[in-house]
Amino acid sequence: MLKFILKRILEAIPTMLVLITVSFFLMRFAPGSPFSSEKTLPPQVMANINAKYGLDKPVLEQYVTYLTNVIQGDLGPSFKYKDFTVNELVASALPVSAKIGAFAFVFALVFGVFVGTIAALNQNTWLDYSIMSTAMIGVVLPSFVLAPALIYLFSIDLGWFPAGGWLDGSLKYMVLPVLGMSMLYVATFARITRGSMIETMNSNFIRTARSKGLSFPYIVMKHALKPAMLPVVSYMGPAFVGIITGSVVIETIFGLPGIGKLFVNAAFNRDYSLVMGVTILIGFLFILFNAVVDILLAYVDPKIRY
Amino acid sequence: MLKNKITQSLLLSAGLAFAATSLTATAAEVPAGVKLAKIQELVRGNGTEVASLDPQKTQGVPESHVIRDLLEGLVNQDANGVTIPGVAERWETTDNKVFTFYLRKDAKWSNGDAVTADDFVYSFQRAVDPATASPYAWYLDMTTMVNASDIIGGKKDKSTLGVRAIDANTFEVTLDSPVPYFVKMMGHTTVKPVHKATVEKFGDKWTKPENFVGNGAFVVKNWVVNERLELVRNEQYWDNAKTVLNKVTFLPIENQVADMNRFLSGEIDFTYEIPNEHFRRLQKEYPESVSIKGDLCTYYYNFNTHKPPFDDVRVRKAISYSIDRNIIANAILGQGQKPAYFLTPEIVAGFNPETPAYGKLTQKERNEKAKELLAEAGYNKSNPLEFNLLYNTSENHKKIAVAIASMWKKNLGVSVTLENQEWKTYIESKNQGDFEASRAGWCGDYNEASTFTSLMEGNNTTGGIHYKSAEYDKLTKDAVKATSEEKRTELYYAQEALLTKDMPIAPIYQYVKARLVSPYLGGYAINNAEDKLYSKDMYIIAE
Repeated sequence: MLKFILKRILEAIPTMLVLITVSFFLMRFAPGSPFSSEKTLPPQVMANINAKYGLDKPVLEQYVTYLTNVIQGDLGPSFKYKDFTVNELVASALPVSAKIGAFAFVFALVFGVFVGTIAALNQNTWLDYSIMSTAMIGVVLPSFVLAPALIYLFSIDLGWFPAGGWLDGSLKYMVLPVLGMSMLYVATFARITRGSMIETMNSNFIRTARSKGLSFPYIVMKHALKPAMLPVVSYMGPAFVGIITGSVVIETIFGLPGIGKLFVNAAFNRDYSLVMGVTILIGFLFILFNAVVDILLAYVDPKIRY
Repeated sequence: MLKNKITQSLLLSAGLAFAATSLTATAAEVPAGVKLAKIQELVRGNGTEVASLDPQKTQGVPESHVIRDLLEGLVNQDANGVTIPGVAERWETTDNKVFTFYLRKDAKWSNGDAVTADDFVYSFQRAVDPATASPYAWYLDMTTMVNASDIIGGKKDKSTLGVRAIDANTFEVTLDSPVPYFVKMMGHTTVKPVHKATVEKFGDKWTKPENFVGNGAFVVKNWVVNERLELVRNEQYWDNAKTVLNKVTFLPIENQVADMNRFLSGEIDFTYEIPNEHFRRLQKEYPESVSIKGDLCTYYYNFNTHKPPFDDVRVRKAISYSIDRNIIANAILGQGQKPAYFLTPEIVAGFNPETPAYGKLTQKERNEKAKELLAEAGYNKSNPLEFNLLYNTSENHKKIAVAIASMWKKNLGVSVTLENQEWKTYIESKNQGDFEASRAGWCGDYNEASTFTSLMEGNNTTGGIHYKSAEYDKLTKDAVKATSEEKRTELYYAQEALLTKDMPIAPIYQYVKARLVSPYLGGYAINNAEDKLYSKDMYIIAE
């Protein structure tokens, strides 16, 4: 297992290098610069600004300097947010996204698997139908529709929760964003769990367990759940990716100071160093999480291990 | 180069003697009978996240809103936009070239240090210092301050700038040319003072809450990028006794609907804007909260006169005439925007020109005229006019572009391809002249017509390079030499008349600033055309 994990880490290094290189040059090829604005600056002022941020040097030299700094853990100064370094910005945004994302992910997983299982065990009853039709709504309702609807209902009409903001992430500021972010995944996890559970419950080894006279809850918990979880675990990777990349919608609607919003603003502002910093971070998280999912799959499914 | 031109057009006759000024400063003036709320905390929607709190490193409007509360310059503005004393109690000049500012002796930094003339010398030099790389360094050059241009260009040392401290409370500025507007220009963010010892000690990190030292009515308390920026009362501020608010929170909410929702759920006292599509509903449901004020901005389409089909003035006129500005201003926007026939909005001080002839026609008459012009230019059913209209990605611009394109289609049979680009790409396309017709807008840097007319000068990369008229540029030069304010205004009118004749742009409407403002907020400066809102002048009324 240790060898498996080590291999995954070593594989990540060239991937990261390619990611950094490609995004560095792609960013430079985008039209406009961090300092282009509607009020065109006089050439000497522009030259002073470019000199300050090293943009007057050849692109290749900028690349080498950047890479050297990144290896030392320095992501450079932000071109747009002049009072902050990229390290500072990322460090303040990451915990916000991580907290919202983790809550949304865990909620989606636990609640989704739970209702999916209930539906599977009550296949073709009213309970199954109502759970699955609710889940269908969750799947088709995008977060940019759901989130404002939640705000109208719970903030403006009922006044239960704030319509936005973060304030150190106290619970009342988190409820609506977490709901808005997780509904799609609750629904998807529920549908996957139901399908997989029904299939597992109809398989031969469950029939054997039943014929041995084992109790129904024991069969579900001990024998059915683990194999039924295989497609669920596989979906955890894409779900995590979706939560990270989809966070920008929720962060914009609720005014949360997270990574998604930082990333999108950075791209619009051509804040080269910030775009790079967040790209590196998200790339790293993707690779890390995919590795975690692979390890989990290896644990759940012995076929992968051997 | 470009900004030098603006300066020139700012200049007035040299012989004017400027009387010494002494006015009273304002602060929150709570009318008798108004009961104040127990909790005096203000929450303001502030558009985008601020790029910096360093006055010499910023250029945007959201930054100026915050810095106005944190740092006090030589002068402030009152609720009506009149320039009033700030750190300078009074000032004098005899030739509009040498200005002497007498600083108040009780002005203090938040750490207790006195605010002195040396602080202004340091800050002005810092603004032009190439090492600061200020995006608004040109603003000082624009005032014709001695040596500003050479210092920015690295040719002279910053110590040669035309500023000096005569004594601790007397600050003198010397200009190359007389600029009667100079004092008015000192209300700008770029010329706010910074605390030398703090800046030198902490470098780029001096604006962090734990390091910040300022001389405004408030100081930075807490700053979470993309979420909130909290300021609290500065006990050391010279006029602190008159400040009513204890805390001001700026929320960077770019999404207009989110801004609105947070106002409606009671979290914000006034929003940054109002989403167009909700305007009518809000006006109906919350009439007491919808507030509209004039704004120093014009919305227009500009034509690339160096490329067909817009190298033909008849085509430009036809296209401009057949825009029904009333429908855009009243039906599509409907917040109080005015149809525009000039580049300079009529809210600008002293600017009241006569509406051009085409503006006085009915839309039907204009359409007829447009059809004739287009036919003359050789476009007809078998050879229809086709062109691209570029705009920066936004729902509002799209809505207007779709409406105008359908007017063109209906009246003239013109087929238009709408092309939207995100902001930076759009800027690049415009700068490169890579467009046929494009959406544009401009907001004045100061309340005088030249901040608009200078846009269309031949060397102005933002607008005029796509026009280039020797006649227009000559009028600018004449305006510089004008011997009276009347004469200068006449020349601005002549420039506008030339724009009507050559039609390098089609003015569409004059902006307004619509906001949701809590009925419990007092002191909101609704008559300040430049939207200079000082939190120190505001207060919360008891419900």
